[in-house]
Amino acid sequence: MLEVLTEFMIIDIFVRNFGRFMSGLRFTITLTLVVMFLGTILGVILALGRSYGIKPISWFCTAYIEIIRGTPMLAQLFILYFALPAYGIRLSAVAVAYLGFTLNCAAYQAEYTRVSIESVGADQYKSAYSLGMKRWQTILFIVLPQAVRWSIPAWTNEFIYILKYTSLAYIIGAPDLMTQGKFIASRNYQFFRVYLIAAIIYLIIVLLSTWIIDKIEKKFKIPGFG
Amino acid sequence: MSARLELIRRSLPALLGGTVITIQMTVLILLFGVFFGLIFAFGQVYGNKPIRWFVNIYEKLFRSIPELVLLLLVFYGPPSIGIRISPFNAAVLGLSLRATAYMSQIFRGTFKSVGSDQITAAYSLGMGKYKTFLFVILPQAIRVFIPPFANEYAIILKDTSLAYALGVAELLRQGQYIIAVAYDPLTIFLVIAVIYFILTFGVTRLLKLLENKLKIPGIGVEIG
Amino acid sequence: MEDKNRSLLNIIDLKKSFGDNLVLDGISFSLDTGENKVIIGPSGTGKSTVLNCVNRLVVPDGGEIWLEDTEIISCNNINEIRQEIGYVFQGFGLFHHLTALRNVMLGLIRVKKVPKKEAKEQAIAKLEQVGLLDVLDSYPAQLSGGQKQRVAIARALAMEPKLMLFDEPTSALDPELIGEVLNVMKNLAREGMTMLVVTHEMGFARAVSDEIIFMEKGKIVEKSSPEKMFKQPENPRTREFLFKLDELYGKGGEE
Repeated sequence: MLEVLTEFMIIDIFVRNFGRFMSGLRFTITLTLVVMFLGTILGVILALGRSYGIKPISWFCTAYIEIIRGTPMLAQLFILYFALPAYGIRLSAVAVAYLGFTLNCAAYQAEYTRVSIESVGADQYKSAYSLGMKRWQTILFIVLPQAVRWSIPAWTNEFIYILKYTSLAYIIGAPDLMTQGKFIASRNYQFFRVYLIAAIIYLIIVLLSTWIIDKIEKKFKIPGFG
Repeated sequence: MSARLELIRRSLPALLGGTVITIQMTVLILLFGVFFGLIFAFGQVYGNKPIRWFVNIYEKLFRSIPELVLLLLVFYGPPSIGIRISPFNAAVLGLSLRATAYMSQIFRGTFKSVGSDQITAAYSLGMGKYKTFLFVILPQAIRVFIPPFANEYAIILKDTSLAYALGVAELLRQGQYIIAVAYDPLTIFLVIAVIYFILTFGVTRLLKLLENKLKIPGIGVEIG
Repeated sequence: MEDKNRSLLNIIDLKKSFGDNLVLDGISFSLDTGENKVIIGPSGTGKSTVLNCVNRLVVPDGGEIWLEDTEIISCNNINEIRQEIGYVFQGFGLFHHLTALRNVMLGLIRVKKVPKKEAKEQAIAKLEQVGLLDVLDSYPAQLSGGQKQRVAIARALAMEPKLMLFDEPTSALDPELIGEVLNVMKNLAREGMTMLVVTHEMGFARAVSDEIIFMEKGKIVEKSSPEKMFKQPENPRTREFLFKLDELYGKGGEE
């Protein structure tokens, strides 16, 4: 029993490696924010392409979205990291992390946005057209702003998902929280304790971001949306 | 091109071996997830305060910690207190902890989707909690359950690839073994991607068919 | 008789089918500036389709629709034509993500390219006209059905249309809210707006319309002044329909 308890004595390790943990955390958070930003933009473009594009574009967007959503993120990272060099494209682990997560995130965001676009009723198009709005104006000023608002809960989930999955950077060695953890553990051999610290840090930032997003959402809530 | 086909032909047995491991893990995790998720959901709906409290904390905890971190914790935790655990078991256990949390939520949402008027009506017919659940809630809830279940299945299947990090010889790692000897990573990864895609897309499509099939009679419509 | 140079709107032999279903079977009538016409008839007889054709939300299979000197079906500037035609329909169609004021401003800013400040002034004036100065900053979800429909009317009016189309504007409303919308419409008619209205509100039809058009199965069965239509309809089908309406909605004509 005492053994089990001492196993949880982790403060010492945390304090001693504070700098490394924080540097990893900084990378994790930056990666998440950048990926969510780029992924959302790309996702909206893909969704628009799928819903409104001419056939080849719509077909391409659909294929992209379904293929990315149908395969593991780790396999996608491996293709970028291990397969591209065979064709002379050599990307650093950090570049693969940014690129891979963004490409993955975009597909999921596109799917959520598409569902939201489809939930915008026919009366909205009818009104817009009868005011003399063009198709692109209707999409840009009427459909998209509503679709984006309907997507907010899914966007929040995706944010948490990406925040958690940036830990996959560990497997290719981009310097995120887990990679820093692995480095610390490979020196002190305290794998469980180090990863426990990482788990607690993740727990805190996930709960904290959920709380913050919730607050922002409440603040900008429009009556009639969710 | 033919060299590429030849490589695919030669590596297929190993990749299919990895696929079997991947499917084994997926099925086990689903079973654990459904079983414990159902129990947790019941605890959350019908349990007393401490039980509800426990389930809430459990869900928050295992939905917040990254899947990969969970696997590593389960893999490195027991040995440090003298219990051996195989990579395969660690992966299944780690992902089951997570799956239970999500399944519990899915079940709870499903139960909730059956309106309280249905329950009132069942009670007013003299049905007890048990009969109400079995004959009124369950038949209606199963339809609502299928889409999030299909989604969760796809997530679990994709997440089994994380067992790679523990050294489990699942699909992705089998691929890496082959790549190490035959240097054509793209071909191998594409085959792997196709296998994953068939397993996720194919099965979710099948579940979609099932969903539509269950939908046709419509709730509340007497058949025959 | 139907001189397209004189009428504001001139519809000639309009035809439309959806699949095998013949919805409009040669509809012709015209509307002069300042005139109000009401189309009545059983549901599913193509009344709404006529309106949808007028601003080409539905493309007819045959016939002509003239708005002054422009033929709508074949014109290549439909977005400009639509600005000339205000359209108010049963489901309101307010933009859910915009406040009442913004709903009215949107067309001005995005379509007419009116500067924001002016657009706001014009929008407020229109909302005042429909009696909604107190809900400028409310979102559609916060408005009653009657208020929503009045915002929709203000939004259409803001474009300064030559013609207003109303497609069952009160059918989705609770009975106690119908009056406020009809009053706005009556005021519009008095101020000289040209209006084409599909409705079951016989009181409204009797009070403001210059002519009532009775449609059934894609054809115009009878058109005449409200006086004549209500007192001595010629066609037995018209009589039967009006009798049924009386049963459903009570005698029309009371103010």
